[in-house]
Amino acid sequence: MTLTLAQKLWDRHLVRRVPAEPDLLYVDLHLVHEVTSPQAFESLRLNGRRVRRPDLTLATMDHNVPTAGGRERADAISQRQMQALEENCAREGIVLYGIGSPRQGIVHVIGPELGLTQPGMLIACGDSHTSTHGAFGALAFGIGTSEVEHVLATQCMRLFRPKDMAVTVDGSLPIGVTAKDLALSVIGRLGVAGGQGYIVEYRGSTVRSLSMEARMTVCNMTIEAGARAGMVAPDEVTASYLGGRPYAPSNWAQARSDWDELVTDPDASFDRELLIDAEELEPYVTWGTNPGQSVPVTSRVPAPRGEADERALAYMALEPGQAIQEISVDRVFIGSCTNARLDDLRLAASVIRGRRVHPKVRAMVVPGSAAVKRAAEGEGLDVVFRGAGFEWRDAGCSMCLGMNPDILAPGQRCASTSNRNFEGRQGSGGRTHLLSPPMAAAAAIAGHLVDVREMAS
Amino acid sequence: MTPFSRVTGVVAPLDRSNVDTDQIIPKQFLKRIERSGFGPYLFYDWRRTKDFVLDRPEYRGAGILVTGANFGCGSSREHATWALLDAGFRVVIAPSFADIFLSNCLRVGLLPVALAEADVRRLIELAGSRPGAQLTVDLGTQSIHAPGIDLSFAIDPFWRDCLLNGWDEITLTLKQEAEIAAFEARRPDWLPALTSPG
Ligand code: SF4
Repeated sequence: MTLTLAQKLWDRHLVRRVPAEPDLLYVDLHLVHEVTSPQAFESLRLNGRRVRRPDLTLATMDHNVPTAGGRERADAISQRQMQALEENCAREGIVLYGIGSPRQGIVHVIGPELGLTQPGMLIACGDSHTSTHGAFGALAFGIGTSEVEHVLATQCMRLFRPKDMAVTVDGSLPIGVTAKDLALSVIGRLGVAGGQGYIVEYRGSTVRSLSMEARMTVCNMTIEAGARAGMVAPDEVTASYLGGRPYAPSNWAQARSDWDELVTDPDASFDRELLIDAEELEPYVTWGTNPGQSVPVTSRVPAPRGEADERALAYMALEPGQAIQEISVDRVFIGSCTNARLDDLRLAASVIRGRRVHPKVRAMVVPGSAAVKRAAEGEGLDVVFRGAGFEWRDAGCSMCLGMNPDILAPGQRCASTSNRNFEGRQGSGGRTHLLSPPMAAAAAIAGHLVDVREMAS
Repeated sequence: MTPFSRVTGVVAPLDRSNVDTDQIIPKQFLKRIERSGFGPYLFYDWRRTKDFVLDRPEYRGAGILVTGANFGCGSSREHATWALLDAGFRVVIAPSFADIFLSNCLRVGLLPVALAEADVRRLIELAGSRPGAQLTVDLGTQSIHAPGIDLSFAIDPFWRDCLLNGWDEITLTLKQEAEIAAFEARRPDWLPALTSPG
């Protein structure tokens, strides 16, 4: 039998299969945060149920935490959510890395950096960007609060098997082009609903040569094409990333040999395939209000093709034909589970070293986790960012979704390394342009969107 | 979950595709720790612009929303389905739904009905040309009726039965205790586990 990686992972987690019902799958790791869990815990408690496997559950605070000034800076209702999480975790015996913990951070950043995210696992979290963890050759699904409750109570989830899509990328990425650009290009090609009903496996020489952090960026953004999950088969890159991390397998040799089986068989077939030539990629920037509306930074705002495009242009206050590089920005945000790992910060720092943030721009770096922050400080990146005029903040989701005090004012325009440019995502009336960390850094210096390749020192 | 069998209600048109959950319920309202009380914030930013279709008096109290493709894309926030329910909607009709939103709907008892683009168009036109027009959506017979309109829709039989009976998914799964325990017994021992703080 020839199987795709996704099919192998699925079969490994099958608890029960009966005709005409969704499969019952076992969850190896359940990640929990303060925003999508309170109702799940509450209803669990009202039904007299307990968490089945607190030892396979990890909680953190990320979505609404202030990134400056500590917990006291949170508004009263955010504090109530954090407190609810603390009480729920204490009652159920769940490990919580809350504000102040050296392991706190965005849920999709800390799972991998602690070594909890491993090949062959099934991971669930009440957050759509759970697809990030697929970078390790894991099945990783974003779920809603009712499903969070179901996983808490049963450690299982119920799902019909999605179809298989292969996105094969070959060739080397041109200088100045990053995993984020690859991700934006995939979404641009598939459209924001093109991945609906699929698990996407990223393959090809380009993907093999990406670092774990870059693979996470690509898998993270898969959800923006509407797909259920994204994944990359594990290899040496995966193993060397995991080696020595706090939760890395104790039985390393056995785990390693198991991981070798986690590949798509040579003759396995996919329901859909997409081929991308990496050499043709450029740095991309979104111009509209969904992540599929992107163009190369060297081009112009496109003419609208229909009413949805017109609405997006009006919201973004852009004219068709306007050069992308003439769009000026008020804010720059380097952060989020897409692009706030150490590699991302290094790339951004390499652009700004010795330069200054444009006087009219307010620029902010929000590391993905407390550990990323420490590591970056260890190599002096904070000095580079601060020296250039960036704010250097504490870890959290921050301006990715603006649930904390970090938000755009109405009409403000932001170059952002996050993953969603929806209307009002970063603050009511705010306008978001998604791009890579070096492109965001370049925009901060120039005061407008700019081709980072022309800023090389 | 409250069982769902049949709903007759005013149909309201939201003629947009790719409506994301950030629009359905903006993040500043995700801070509640209850499942209720989200209705007033449904489509909050759009409601502040004048002439938003759902604010027209004809659509007050609408129970059925008909809208464009890929409804509910973006964030997994179940708050989007709670807000729709809380505002009185029991059915959303669209050419397609985002995967996580669809799965949330099925679990909270908000019926997602996927119809062909042309049929959705007919319903949007009906709602627009005869404001206040009512539709009957019958889950048992998987059909939609209004004067001059008879449509049928497909839905997965498992989820149809869950909705019709108001079954709780957790109760169903807990019946599989033996199989879950057997699975746990054969999990590889190198998989990570967290040690309890207490
Ligand atoms: S950084 Fe943004 S996308 Fe990622 S988990 Fe936080 S809110 Fe969600």
